[in-house]
Amino acid sequence: MNAPAKQTIKGETGDWEIVIGMEVHAQVTSKSKLFSGASTEFGAEPNSQVSFVDAGLPGMLPVINEKCVEQAVRTGLGLKAQINLRSLFDRKNYFYPDLPQGYQISQFKDPIVGEGEVMLDLKDGSTIKVGIERLHLEQDAGKSLHDQSPDSSYVDLNRSGIALMEIVTKPHMRTSEEAAAFLKKLRAIVRYLGTCDGNMDEGSMRADVNVSVCRVGGYDKFRADGSFKHLGTRCEIKNVNSMRFVAMAVEYEARRQVEILEGGGTIKQETRLFDSKLNETRSMRSKEEAHDYRYFPDPDLLPLVLEEAWVESIRKSLPELPDEKRARFVAAGLSPYDASVLVAERELADYYEALAKGVDAKAAANWLNNEVLGRLNRDGLSITDVPVSAAANNAIVAMIADNTISGKIAKDLLDIIWTEGGDPRALVESRGLRQVTDTGAIDAAIEAVIAANPDKVEEVKAKPKLAAWFVGQVMKQTGGKANPGAVNAALKKRLNLPEEG
Amino acid sequence: MSPTAFTLAGARDALKAKKISSTELTQAFLKAMESARGLNAYVTETPEKALAMAAASDKRRGEGIGGALEGMPLAIKDLFATRGVRTTAGSNILSNFVPPYESTVTQNLWDAGAVMLGKTNMDEFAMGSSNETSAHGPVFNPWRAKNSNANLVPGGSSGGSSAAVAADLCLAATGTDTGGSIRQPAAVTGTVGIKPTYGRCSRWGIVAFASSLDQAGPMTKTVRDAAILLGSMASPDPRDSTSVNVHVPDYEKQLEGGIKGLKVGIPKEYRMDGAPPEIAALWDKGALWLKEQGAEIVEVSLPHTKYALPTYYIVAPAEASSNLARYDGVRFGHRAKGARDITDLYERSRAEGFGAEVQRRILIGTYVLSAGYYDAYYARAQKLRTLISRDFTQAYAKCDVLLTPATPGPAFAVGDKSDDPVAMYLNDVFTVTVNLAGLPGLSVPAGLTANGLPLGLQLIGKAFDEGTVLRAGLAIEQAANFTHKPANWWSK
Repeated sequence: MNAPAKQTIKGETGDWEIVIGMEVHAQVTSKSKLFSGASTEFGAEPNSQVSFVDAGLPGMLPVINEKCVEQAVRTGLGLKAQINLRSLFDRKNYFYPDLPQGYQISQFKDPIVGEGEVMLDLKDGSTIKVGIERLHLEQDAGKSLHDQSPDSSYVDLNRSGIALMEIVTKPHMRTSEEAAAFLKKLRAIVRYLGTCDGNMDEGSMRADVNVSVCRVGGYDKFRADGSFKHLGTRCEIKNVNSMRFVAMAVEYEARRQVEILEGGGTIKQETRLFDSKLNETRSMRSKEEAHDYRYFPDPDLLPLVLEEAWVESIRKSLPELPDEKRARFVAAGLSPYDASVLVAERELADYYEALAKGVDAKAAANWLNNEVLGRLNRDGLSITDVPVSAAANNAIVAMIADNTISGKIAKDLLDIIWTEGGDPRALVESRGLRQVTDTGAIDAAIEAVIAANPDKVEEVKAKPKLAAWFVGQVMKQTGGKANPGAVNAALKKRLNLPEEG
Repeated sequence: MSPTAFTLAGARDALKAKKISSTELTQAFLKAMESARGLNAYVTETPEKALAMAAASDKRRGEGIGGALEGMPLAIKDLFATRGVRTTAGSNILSNFVPPYESTVTQNLWDAGAVMLGKTNMDEFAMGSSNETSAHGPVFNPWRAKNSNANLVPGGSSGGSSAAVAADLCLAATGTDTGGSIRQPAAVTGTVGIKPTYGRCSRWGIVAFASSLDQAGPMTKTVRDAAILLGSMASPDPRDSTSVNVHVPDYEKQLEGGIKGLKVGIPKEYRMDGAPPEIAALWDKGALWLKEQGAEIVEVSLPHTKYALPTYYIVAPAEASSNLARYDGVRFGHRAKGARDITDLYERSRAEGFGAEVQRRILIGTYVLSAGYYDAYYARAQKLRTLISRDFTQAYAKCDVLLTPATPGPAFAVGDKSDDPVAMYLNDVFTVTVNLAGLPGLSVPAGLTANGLPLGLQLIGKAFDEGTVLRAGLAIEQAANFTHKPANWWSK
């Protein structure tokens, strides 16, 4: 893989390229926590969802939640990754007020999921593969609240013990666009799988972004022999919580590093945070200040051993994932771009599939993109709030296809249902919107237009392009219900116009 | 005879025959406890709770219902969380901690009809072999050497429980054993103690010291009592992932049948240079007693025995350093006053709350898990643990049970070893191997020293074969005919 550097930063001393890896924390969708029965619902009163285990009370013991294990395996399978039938839980020891046990139960040496991959479809139509290093299960910590009192801090333990999947990529991204696209794609995959709700605003998904820069060509050398010596020193930007911020953080951080290197300095390995208001990254702690976490196997938990047959049963229950769905859409006649847009959100893809049932795929996609998404966009709504069902839109598209209604009427019909509701077929009948294909009625309308505009009849003989004006007049005469194709054909015949034109 | 002198089995018969009520029995113990406060065996007495539980038990008995421990007053080591009753683990850092939950083991006891007399003293967080590290002060052994008024230690860490059983301040008590904390105090107080197989008793609700080693077990006056009490303490528990889901047999029934044909292994590595001759002589005598009852004595080898103590003193502190991280002054327990910031709060709360021995072990544990030292210490200790475990597996190809001394000597004087941690750690030399291998081990009184102090022998069994251990223990008990009691010098 010797692709040219995609995004280079020009420097006085030469050009630099960016290398990006990511660690994404995704909250597991489950009713209860990773090692306790407490609820995981978002937004509850502080400390109302805390079991004795979550509060770290003496003598309390963790018991693994099988649902969370299943979700991790499901995610691993969705990432086309190795599932490790034996994995271990370790304790990561450090002191913090929102960490009641004084350690986080995590997986250090033996994670539940090993290497996998995610395919990214980029705007220029190219596709890249981002390697997944591993996925492991771990507990979330609680939340410190520093703004409740002038002289004390408070701690909310509702999050304490909630299951997280930490998904670690290989350093396979090279532009801010790729980094954002990875997060977007990963989010789509876990949402398709139902293993994480992907609500970044609620903190259900957050990314630690590792950025380094190297001389152009360094990345290819790294890919060739796997040696990190070809890459620059990385900085980790913690807890970035949107795709846009990921892109912004990468852009800023890469430029910051190039400036330092161009100035003859060296990059210090450190943890940084991204300030979205100032659009900059700032140092949190250096490598020297990093904790010694004293990982060791948690003696309260046995090794996690999975049955091959159980993993297979999960594999069989996997839904169709974005890549497969996209391929199917393309095969059905959509452009790769349209297909990518439609599969990005499972709800949108599901809506599309219901809309496209029994009608032309391309026509359905166009209708969805131009009419439905256009109106959603206008009204500031998302696909989950759409006021007109996919079935109703399906009926509208079907009626256009079989010439029951014209495209123009169809748009009016959608507007009516959008605001007033109602069944499209019933509305077509009750409001008399059915397209006129009766040649007698069309001929009568043509005669009426000709009779009213004798001058134009003369003109059109010299200028055949004027036929369109006649079509418009006839359409008006019929209240828009005439089939434009039929009007066109009848007019040409009546006015003796040539076939083409 | 005072009712406090009853064994568990004796009290069971007397209660059943309605010769005594649970209330009367409980009152007798409460009175004895009051007059024995000088021993410092109990840190919390719960007389009101005890009398209420006894009354409820008497009512049940009147209705013809009741469990295996119906009406029997017990003492509970202060490491077991007891709902609504202060649970300190012998530490200042938990001096005000009242758990809103009940440990699985104690709940099992109450479900079987037992009565709680109070919580017993112990080494802080179960770290010690003399009960001298307790924040509540030392416990005095009811036993004294001939012609001496020197106060002796009751062993540890379950020193309050061993003293309470030896001084008839309860019918029986619970203990916990991480490296010998049931067996060693039992041996030096002339009482019986069994550490069951790891996973036999639930650890849920027991304040953790070293999770991979901790086990609860009974401390009693006789082997039969140990069988009875263990039967109620043990249970599989879905709340403890390391609890093993195996059937709990009727241990009392398993006492029957004798030991004819039983193969008893004598591990040669347990003959230590410099051990007191009395210990070796008692060991030989024990083997002879078993042989006389039809057992076959075979010599076996446990070649990695010499690594057991160093291994233990890496694994146990490592786990403890992590288990004790939760005592940070933030949510419960002792909190230092006037802290400048969070780090100051941690440092001062823990410095004020933990005693010297606990701090020493946290430091050792933190060190052996640190980056750069993990492989040299913790990882190697885990490998040795596997080898030690394998020693036992290989020995059990030749025998059914092992016989060893329980301790390297009798009770020593208060203060004798408290400044020398290594001398203190050596008390566990015969017992730690059993915890590292997760096996059941029983200490049974087998004789007195020339100075009149009790000594115990240890029987070590195969995993989940407590029945054989108890049956062999009964054989020792009967042959030794150990009926000695300490002279009562403590009653006021």
